[in-house]
Amino acid sequence: MKIVLVVAALIALGAIAPFVNSYILILLTQALVLGIIAMSVDLLLGYTGLPSLGQAAYLGVGAYLTAILASTHGFGLEWGFWLVVVLGILAGAATAALFGLFAVRASGVYFLMITLALGMCMWGLAYRWNSLTGGDNGMNMPGRPSFGIDLADDLNYFYLVLGFFAASLAALYVLVRSPFGRSLVGIRERELRMRILGYNTWLHKYIAFVIAGAFGGLAGVLWAHLTGIVSPGDVILTTSVDVLLMVVLGGPGTLVGGAIGAGVVVFLREYLATIVQWWQYVLGAVYVLTILYLPGGLMGIPERVRRRSSSKIH
Amino acid sequence: MKFRKCLLAGIALGIAAPAAAQELRIGFVAPMTGIFAQIGKDMANGFELYLDEHNGELGGAKVKFIVEDGEGKPPVNVRKAEKLVRQDKVHMFIGGLLASTGYALAPVSSRLKTVYVLSVAAADDLTQRDLPKYPYIVRTSWSSSQPHHPLGQWACEQGYKRVTTVGADYAFGHEVVGGFQRVFEDCGGKVVQKIWPPLGTKDFGPYIPTIKQDIDAIFSLMVGPMALQFPKQLQASGIRKPLIGGGTSYDEFVLPAMGDEVLGHVSGLQYSAALDTPKNIAFVRKYREKYGKVPSYYSESNYTTAQMIDEVMKRTKGKWPGPQQFIKLITSLKLEAVRGPVRFDDMRNPVQNIYIKKVERRKMFGYPQEELWNTVIKTYPNVGQFWTYDKKAYLKTPLYSRDYPPCKYCD
Repeated sequence: MKIVLVVAALIALGAIAPFVNSYILILLTQALVLGIIAMSVDLLLGYTGLPSLGQAAYLGVGAYLTAILASTHGFGLEWGFWLVVVLGILAGAATAALFGLFAVRASGVYFLMITLALGMCMWGLAYRWNSLTGGDNGMNMPGRPSFGIDLADDLNYFYLVLGFFAASLAALYVLVRSPFGRSLVGIRERELRMRILGYNTWLHKYIAFVIAGAFGGLAGVLWAHLTGIVSPGDVILTTSVDVLLMVVLGGPGTLVGGAIGAGVVVFLREYLATIVQWWQYVLGAVYVLTILYLPGGLMGIPERVRRRSSSKIH
Repeated sequence: MKFRKCLLAGIALGIAAPAAAQELRIGFVAPMTGIFAQIGKDMANGFELYLDEHNGELGGAKVKFIVEDGEGKPPVNVRKAEKLVRQDKVHMFIGGLLASTGYALAPVSSRLKTVYVLSVAAADDLTQRDLPKYPYIVRTSWSSSQPHHPLGQWACEQGYKRVTTVGADYAFGHEVVGGFQRVFEDCGGKVVQKIWPPLGTKDFGPYIPTIKQDIDAIFSLMVGPMALQFPKQLQASGIRKPLIGGGTSYDEFVLPAMGDEVLGHVSGLQYSAALDTPKNIAFVRKYREKYGKVPSYYSESNYTTAQMIDEVMKRTKGKWPGPQQFIKLITSLKLEAVRGPVRFDDMRNPVQNIYIKKVERRKMFGYPQEELWNTVIKTYPNVGQFWTYDKKAYLKTPLYSRDYPPCKYCD
């Protein structure tokens, strides 16, 4: 039933896309890209119980890789784009594999601190390594790829991102339903018991961390082509915090919750900001109210409604 | 998912059709929050002052002026510019403060085929080597090195032979110091030492003691809070060398917060609030009355930008001429601006007076209190971005950077 709903929603999204104005289309695309990285954080936070504050680092790796290949070497602007996607995923995974060695040994607030610090290292690299990253200026993309289909057209690019989003959602859905995914939930609930049962919990967490990094890298590649500029201003702590909050807002441990959170945040931040000056207060209030009254996030609403109505009957 | 669908449907229905003709929609991107917020307000105030004086009309067209907060971050500026063009359907967008923002916004103008007016961002190459990439940009302010070529000439004519430069270590700093060094050395001076503190340095303790003893003057290029700290700490260290500065080291944005330690310091820029012309006196009085402070070049530059758009719209009788024609018209203007006569070169950068200014404490324009003012001591008329150099030869040399021009006399 739930799967049908999600698929229907994605199809509906694809169906209305040609009819919305071009700014809304850009925002939708933004929300989908951020949705991918939010789902990767959900894999860590919602399923494994690891609150990561450094996910922007993998976004950065993917984005800078794309920008360096495209603007310095002119690579990835035709069919090479698909190779760049693969490279971006691998680079995100490789970075996470390195960072995971430091981060996964910790848990709770210590995990939060270490991922935050590692994320800042990545920002420092982007900001200081002038010859490679353009430093504070960032890097301008020469344009979007074109391989028969011209991605410079925003609608085409939207459909591409929608495709990647659907694929990511499906892959992560299969993953969390697999025995491996179940073991992650077990670790979240009680790591000691899992260890006594004979699971190598460190390895399971490490693999989850690397997978999350891979999706972060993918989001980075898509992000670079979406905004046309890669700058340290995006590979920074606030992006990581935003992504974490999207997951909390949408509902951790639900995958689609992260995507919904991404949609709500993007539209509140970018669209409301065009209407009123005090949009930050609205966003803040939404966060606070969700945490106070909806511990399960927006995805927890149907469950609450159902429980309330059933309690009335009895 | 359901929730989002509802939201989307609502937004999709709520989109109004683009507004009627005879309306000129102008987007303005400047930092309104963050450390550069005050400069952003100076920028917007300048433009709005002109609009207010003309009943919100430019050349007969009613102006819809939309300000967006770029937060001083290049990617945010890009997103806001996209919003202005796609959502608000603006005819042009103006602004961008930092050089990095200018470099980020210029490609947006090419991509969306929309006019971008650089009313502050000074990055040299946008109107030099990179210009062919950006057919829809025009600069109404200055390029980084433009005022510092004449300043180098002036310093040389004062008989300074050996100079140490201390400049903020980023693109704008490199271009300012580079411009000064090129002309100063071509005239016979020698830059014997170049020091590069990072942008935002507050403690110059590690840098000041390394300044050489056997020099005639120090050239400094500071930005924002750096400008306040450097002269103070230099004075405290007991160094008594003449100081020459880049435009932003002593502009009217930092000047009111400075003290006697900057008296006698000399800088160069295309504007001084102490300019003794009727146009400027009227501008300073009006601006100060409305916003409670002396206008900086950030305000003047945007005021003049509004004036230029006004002139263009007068010629087209209030009809938007389209981006290409607009660029053609605005670059053919010759006008009397607050800063003096301004016209454009064939690379869409202004040709204008450059003022060599000295910081003095005095009364000006009938204000009762003694204040710091940038008194103009010499005017170089009609200075272009290439100074007296041949354009073609100039463009063949690399962009000014940390290592160019090379420091031949450093040891």
